[in-house]
Amino acid sequence: MTIRYTEDHEWLRPEGDLVTVGITEHASEQLGDVVFIELPEVGRTVEKGEEVCVIESVKAASDILAPLAGEIVAVNEDLPDSPGAVNEDALGTWFFKIKPTEAAALEGFMDEAAYTDFIG
Amino acid sequence: MGTDRGGIERAAARGIGAGEPAEGDDMAGDTGLRRTPLYDLHVELGGKMVPFAGWDMPVQYPMGVLKEHLHTRAEAGLFDVSHMGQVILPISAVAALEALVPVDIAGLGLNRQRYAMFTNDQGGILDDLMVTNRGDHLFLVVNAACAEADIAHLKAHIADVTVVEGRGLLALQGPAAEAALDQLLPGAAAMRFMDSATFLWKDQDLWVSRSGYTGEDGYEISVPDPVIADFARALLAQEAVAPIGLGARDSLRLEAGLCLYGHDIDTATSPVEAGLTWAIQKARREGGARAGGFPGAERILRELAEGPARKRMGLRPEGRAPMREGVEIFAKAEGGAPIGTVTSGGFGPSIEGPMAMAYLPADLPDGTTVYGEIRGKRLPARIVPLPFHPTRYKR
Repeated sequence: MTIRYTEDHEWLRPEGDLVTVGITEHASEQLGDVVFIELPEVGRTVEKGEEVCVIESVKAASDILAPLAGEIVAVNEDLPDSPGAVNEDALGTWFFKIKPTEAAALEGFMDEAAYTDFIG
Repeated sequence: MGTDRGGIERAAARGIGAGEPAEGDDMAGDTGLRRTPLYDLHVELGGKMVPFAGWDMPVQYPMGVLKEHLHTRAEAGLFDVSHMGQVILPISAVAALEALVPVDIAGLGLNRQRYAMFTNDQGGILDDLMVTNRGDHLFLVVNAACAEADIAHLKAHIADVTVVEGRGLLALQGPAAEAALDQLLPGAAAMRFMDSATFLWKDQDLWVSRSGYTGEDGYEISVPDPVIADFARALLAQEAVAPIGLGARDSLRLEAGLCLYGHDIDTATSPVEAGLTWAIQKARREGGARAGGFPGAERILRELAEGPARKRMGLRPEGRAPMREGVEIFAKAEGGAPIGTVTSGGFGPSIEGPMAMAYLPADLPDGTTVYGEIRGKRLPARIVPLPFHPTRYKR
């Protein structure tokens, strides 16, 4: 299964029974230069839609919401020290890995073509 | 990504305010926003246009806020500040203007500029402005968001107030500004900080002052509309000069510890609380030749003598989380009532970390640790002297 996208401008990449999450290039462009990222604690169980990360750019603060319910099993520990990586390569910069509660959790998210349409 | 804290779509205009559209013959199509004479150039340069104080202004160019900021500190940045109000008063209005500001205008030398503020009867600040003695007249530059109110205020007290029409305003800032401007206007390099001069360019009078809002050496240049785009292009044609938007203008001025009206100063803050006492010359203080005689003099002179209860201070948050405008400051990590609120805050690209300004009890010394509450957590921040980044004026 390939990469999926949320309406909140996150990308989701399945890896075995985990899903890796980052933000899209569109989101990073809209945010501008990212200067601060706060990641969730590993081991935290989250509901879909729950705030899991804080991302601040030179312009404003935004949240990253959990795209699906599950357990945070890993975070990109390099990111808080180099938040600008998001602007350099949004698709190549992951935030956290989540182990979904439900197996078919990625069904219903947009594929690349649908997301491209979505951001118009 | 969630949108409860502003969201990415609206992020561009945040932190630098947005105002109501104003009437004018330069209204832009259906947006209801005014356009400066450089609007087409901004669009051509890829500027991201946002509403600001009723104007359609570039918040950033493709370079981005961070690099624009660093470019200005390293080389030279060109800012369109044509949204600011330009006003002329006859030189005979010196005494009348002194009745509105706690500043020595009579002592302002020929071709010299001074920072000033309009005060109200309570000693609060109505706006801050620059005043230049240009020989037979005084030239004032006021904030865009306050321009209408300032002009009404001036007209209520001074006869013969002229709102300058048909001129835009550029700021060229940074260590390479001197060489860049001198190439187009030979002699500009000889000016000192807060000097003013008139130069001829393409048969048009350019009013130049050596000042700015970034903490860097640089100039502000009032240019007639017919040549302003050509003049801006001639500056941008030089390798050192890049166009800079309002986003970097805000982070540059904050690093330089400069106030933004409506945020760090307003009708509730006095010039003394704001730490602007350097702008109140001896002549207007107790025992001076023209002591008092400005709105709110009682409070302002008292605060000068006794010290204010609270003062604008610099904060360096520990860690990387910015403490933005509105964040409440506490004395302790737990409990207690707020002791102040952040008036401006963000990330300083040159200091490579967060910075904020807040009004705090005046007796707190530099080095004191206070706590800003962000997302329910109290994070430590140290009180530091302003500016955050050293200024580099050519005095």
